[in-house]
Amino acid sequence: MTDRLEVRKTYKLFIGGAFPRSESGRTFPVTAPDGTLLAHVARASRKDVRDAVRAARGAQESWAGRTPYNRGQILYRIAEVLEGRASQLTAELEAVGVPAADARADVAAAIDGAVYWAGFADKLDMLVGGVNPVSGSFLNLSNAVPMGVCALACPDDGGVRGVLGSVCPAIMAGNSVVAVAGGPAALVTSTLGEVVATSDVPAGVVNLLTGDHAQLLPWLADHDDVDQIDLSGAPEALVGDLRARTAENLKRASLTRGAEDLRTALAFCEIRTVWHPARI
Amino acid sequence: MTTTPQNDTGTRDLAAAFADYAPSVEGRDIVTIRPRYGLLSGGEERDARDGAVFATIDPSTGDHIAEVAEGSAQDVDDAVAAARAAYESTWRDMPGRTRAKYLFRLARLLQDRSREFAVLETIDGGKPIRESRDVDVPLAAAHLFHHAGWADKLEYAVPGMTGRPLGVVGQITPWNFPLLMVAWKIAPALACGNTVVLKPAETTPLTALLLGELAREAGFPPGVLNVVTGAGATGAALAGHPGVDKVAFTGSTEVGKAIRRATAERGTRLTLELGGKGAHVVFDDAALDQAVEGVVDGIFFNQGHVCCAGSRLLVQEGIADELLGRLRRRIELLRVGDPLDKNTDVGAINSHAQLERIRGFVEDAREDGARIHQTSRPLPERGFYFPPTIVEGLGGSEAICREEVFGPVLAVQTFRTEAEAVARANATRYGLSAGVWTEKGSRILWVSQRLRAGVVWANSFNRFDPASPFGGMRESGFGREGGRQGLQEYLRLEPVGA
Repeated sequence: MTDRLEVRKTYKLFIGGAFPRSESGRTFPVTAPDGTLLAHVARASRKDVRDAVRAARGAQESWAGRTPYNRGQILYRIAEVLEGRASQLTAELEAVGVPAADARADVAAAIDGAVYWAGFADKLDMLVGGVNPVSGSFLNLSNAVPMGVCALACPDDGGVRGVLGSVCPAIMAGNSVVAVAGGPAALVTSTLGEVVATSDVPAGVVNLLTGDHAQLLPWLADHDDVDQIDLSGAPEALVGDLRARTAENLKRASLTRGAEDLRTALAFCEIRTVWHPARI
Repeated sequence: MTTTPQNDTGTRDLAAAFADYAPSVEGRDIVTIRPRYGLLSGGEERDARDGAVFATIDPSTGDHIAEVAEGSAQDVDDAVAAARAAYESTWRDMPGRTRAKYLFRLARLLQDRSREFAVLETIDGGKPIRESRDVDVPLAAAHLFHHAGWADKLEYAVPGMTGRPLGVVGQITPWNFPLLMVAWKIAPALACGNTVVLKPAETTPLTALLLGELAREAGFPPGVLNVVTGAGATGAALAGHPGVDKVAFTGSTEVGKAIRRATAERGTRLTLELGGKGAHVVFDDAALDQAVEGVVDGIFFNQGHVCCAGSRLLVQEGIADELLGRLRRRIELLRVGDPLDKNTDVGAINSHAQLERIRGFVEDAREDGARIHQTSRPLPERGFYFPPTIVEGLGGSEAICREEVFGPVLAVQTFRTEAEAVARANATRYGLSAGVWTEKGSRILWVSQRLRAGVVWANSFNRFDPASPFGGMRESGFGREGGRQGLQEYLRLEPVGA
């Protein structure tokens, strides 16, 4: 043992590839079960929401223009970097009271989930699109297209997988995201920004906000430049109101709950059908 | 395909030929229209509980056609209960093969009586008999026939997923394709094992009621298909009913948003097929005659009462004068008039209220300084008619470029580059349809991949097929109708083995 003084980390937001503190200057305390203060984590404000949506919008089109193979490799890179960060993330979960075995299982599931979605990227169109046998001289093609900018309510008690379980499928399909988590998930959510930032994910594709769901989600549900809101981690009591708010610009409301299957992939894309004449 | 006359002499000759015209009117006597229609609920036709009725009008003359029961919240309640009972007692657990046979029967009965349906559709809605006969009725039958075959193959609908029915589905259909939209709604719902409470549009309820009678004739168990006629209040009662597991709505974006709010708390499954402001993008290498025909069909088909109508024309600068010249000459040849005349191209506007709305948009555009070009031939003296109209001199911010007119009015803008064309086409809160006109295949692919539209037609427009998913992005709604993608909107998916 040395008497070296530890360098503590500041837990910040992740917006547009950078790590700002909240524009509001506010933080919230994250504590251990015994009440010991672990960190003052940045508390995202309405302005941070707007900045994150703007960053997401700016990044979305070129991200959707990447090949699915490339998006798959970048998702796989997330899994690789996560593996290297596993002990840090596990420790951050344990610090807030998650039993060690559960913390390890959560991080392992998040890594494996990222690999699952990495391999999904170039299968999505095979599974949900295709050629439709219409009557007449047409080649009729349906393709999956991303929704655009997705707001993701990640569960406060969902750990690492709670965040990546919706971030990965959403970006797999070519969306950019603004994910929100707080409470016991705040430390790992902030740290996941460092994972994303070092995984070749273009700046703005993934934006991570720590803070209060009740405060942040209505702003996202109201936002005219958000195309979808996934309510998997939204507090039960807020869900009805949030869905009603989506009516204003008819953003899509989904509830994927991080399921690793085709239903989740379907929730993060929609279909464009093009009729090509097959005649001269 | 008609060739566009190249000069004014040609137009004059054709106009002279038009003057010698003898109409060819389809007879009305094939259909017996009763003075009064009830609701179809639990396999019976009956009056609304409170005896309320509303009138349906022939828009080609303004004449009264029949009285129709106006369902109240209580009538909706009865129909939902009947649908629930039918779902639990027969339809849900019936072998898919048997459900399929009922739907095949219904498709066949509709084909058998297609002429009757076509005439009734035209009388009630005002659309040209040529369209009812050649588009609406055959496509409705095709939809029923296509989806019938899905009923016993649902395990193949979504890979790795078991699809189970949702329960009772509330469906609300519009007045622009009354029968066809009913077929789009009920065919996948019933094939998947759901039962239906249908609320057809109040101005065009008759073909939905006749299809309900056909379902009885086909031997459908009582309560599987219920038709509750009425106006907005009836629809609202259905959309907000706690016994409804899914709502599917086709209509205006405004009402779609109200339904989104009404179903928010309960989290009812929802499909919305709403408004649009579709753009034709015509490049300078397009086959111009073909593009003219497509643009005409895209906006004047069904009087422009089409959610996916190509109501904006974006034309590349170098060919704008040439294309617009041809377009003006071409619309002069459109025959506007008696919908039952087999030669009519543009029929009656569906209602007086809609006619006023269309007039308002065009007058506002005129006041904004736009140039309005309308066909010169006189309109019928009775009934609701509006001439084919082209609006030029627009910047893009005018209401006529942004809002859905739902009438025979085309708003024209120009562009220079592909990127500008895409930006202009996407400069709308809607995202339902678009058309791309160019002879260059790679340009079709490049442009169509960037258009925010659920359906894109290349060198064609307004094509529909039961195997092709249809539906919008953004404020044109969500969910698809048709194809595998449309089918899964009526299924609860679970991983195989779960």
